Amino acid sequence: MPTFLDFEKPIAELEGKIEELRHLATSGDINIAEEVSRLQAKVDRLLRQTYAKLTPWQKTLVARHPERPHLKDYIQELIDDFTPLAGDRLYADDAAIIGGIGRFRGWSAMIVGQEKGSDTETRVRHNFGMAKPEGYRKAQRLMHLADRYKLPVVSLVDTPGAYPGIGAEERGQAEAIARCIATCLKIEVPLVSVIIGEGGSGGAIALAAANTVLMLEHAVYSVISPEGCASILWRSAEHAQDAAEALKLTAADLLKLKVIDGIVPEPLGGAHRDRAAAIDAVGDAVEGALAQLRNGSDDYKAHRRAKFLAMGSQMPEIR
Amino acid sequence: MSWLTNFVRPKIQAWVRKSEVPDNLWDKCPNCGQMIFHRELEANLRVCPHCGHHMRLPVAKRLELLFDDGAYQRIDLPKADLDPLKFRDRKRYTDRLKESQTTTGETDAIVVARGRIGAHAVVIAAFNFDFMGGSMGVAVGDGLVAAARLAIADESPLIVIPASGGARMQEGILSLMQMPRSIIAVEELREAGLPYFVLLTDPTTGGVSASFAMLGDIAIAEPGAVIGFAGARVIEETIREKLPPGFQRAEYLLEHGMIDMVVPRSELKATLVRLISLLRQPAPSAEIVPLPKLSPALLHGPREVQGEAGE
Repeated sequence: MPTFLDFEKPIAELEGKIEELRHLATSGDINIAEEVSRLQAKVDRLLRQTYAKLTPWQKTLVARHPERPHLKDYIQELIDDFTPLAGDRLYADDAAIIGGIGRFRGWSAMIVGQEKGSDTETRVRHNFGMAKPEGYRKAQRLMHLADRYKLPVVSLVDTPGAYPGIGAEERGQAEAIARCIATCLKIEVPLVSVIIGEGGSGGAIALAAANTVLMLEHAVYSVISPEGCASILWRSAEHAQDAAEALKLTAADLLKLKVIDGIVPEPLGGAHRDRAAAIDAVGDAVEGALAQLRNGSDDYKAHRRAKFLAMGSQMPEIR
Repeated sequence: MSWLTNFVRPKIQAWVRKSEVPDNLWDKCPNCGQMIFHRELEANLRVCPHCGHHMRLPVAKRLELLFDDGAYQRIDLPKADLDPLKFRDRKRYTDRLKESQTTTGETDAIVVARGRIGAHAVVIAAFNFDFMGGSMGVAVGDGLVAAARLAIADESPLIVIPASGGARMQEGILSLMQMPRSIIAVEELREAGLPYFVLLTDPTTGGVSASFAMLGDIAIAEPGAVIGFAGARVIEETIREKLPPGFQRAEYLLEHGMIDMVVPRSELKATLVRLISLLRQPAPSAEIVPLPKLSPALLHGPREVQGEAGE
């Protein structure tokens, strides 16, 4: 039973009708087949209309859609010989962040990202994609490993944010994130990030201070969740829609702000309607980005620095 | 002299004058609740003389306290693009900015200054909590980049003093981007071989703690300062548990290995002078007078001791 978002109700109703008709169609009635294809065209039209003008809040819901492909799906489809590597060598292994080496389109690469889980059991196991310090420290370790073996790093970001908990604070959540960003910036190999779902604040930038940052068409990326922002600035989480609007968290807005480098188009009706196509599109975009980086200057660290330093005012020469 | 002039007039005058008396003669300590005469509080660097609670110190006072003779030169920062998102909640962001600019007399939440500490040239970047909670947007990022570059140009150590709730939401993703940006700034300083000190003051949380603030070569905190990533309320709501006493306070961070030391305000300057001197002046400050040559017996220890070791 697929999950429908509120604004997808009319689409859900039409698809329900098609389903019903298909059951009847076993009798071989030509009129029914015609009716089905007529309705299907209507569904497609409706999907195209709806998804062409999703509001920022609707995009937030699509980005969080439970059937949207998650990190594990991308790894399964895109990475051959994937070999997960575990642990931060300091405290624990954090299942909210998965990482390892594998072959991406023939090339060895380090893959790292957040996994949200896809049912109750796995969601709990992966802590809904909310990493703790040990997760960010594992990511640091893997990036250093990639650096040593000259492997490019691909990070796939999908997290509501870093985990807010007592243990996480005790073990230095802030330091772990800070050091993870510093590691992204420091490594001498190409780093490509894709925001595949939710890019939640510090927990997202920890893995996304990259040479190339791409975003899926309906993914969101922001400094705070719309709900969090609304509860602080509007003093009520009910204003989440207004906050989503104000935060400029959609891929199109972020491209305009030059915070991301490209948008990966999603299949009609969002990545959750055609997971394989969405995953392929991300694979092609990452391959393109890596090829482009390989053809440019090989000082990937300097490239990253210049890029992020430019996200502010022009700095005058200091004497 | 009548009853009118002697008694009624002063009474009326006192009653009328009451409103002219500054109402901030006394401050109440938020920790122990004791009343403190404001002059005594100022003289004590805004530390409660009864319980030692450290209240927030205005930036100007902070700089005066740390720089030699209270003398320093402030650096002009570039004019940042105000309101890149045209952000509006219940109020326009530009109005909030103007309000803060009026009340603080500053352009944004960071002050960059150069001066001397223990005769060593030093650059300080200090946050102003009174300016929108010391939140970090593009202008604050600019300040940190400028401060690091200035320290590199001056070949001097950099001290950053955060007092900030975190990233400035009204600048959206661009405020998040100040995390990598500020980290690059302090990495440039590190690569130039210059010391980077962080003095964590109340509060240092969110995107500020999760970037440059936790990457100091030496991390000093003021007593009782709240330092952490997530806000206490958010954590309580997430885990539905009461937080342990002292949670996210400077002393708690010290205990958990996240900072080097907790230093009372009265000892801050001396601590910084000592650290800067130790790192910047590794050679002895005076010529060492060689000791008379030690006899081999003294060098290797008395023979009897060696003999006893065998039993």
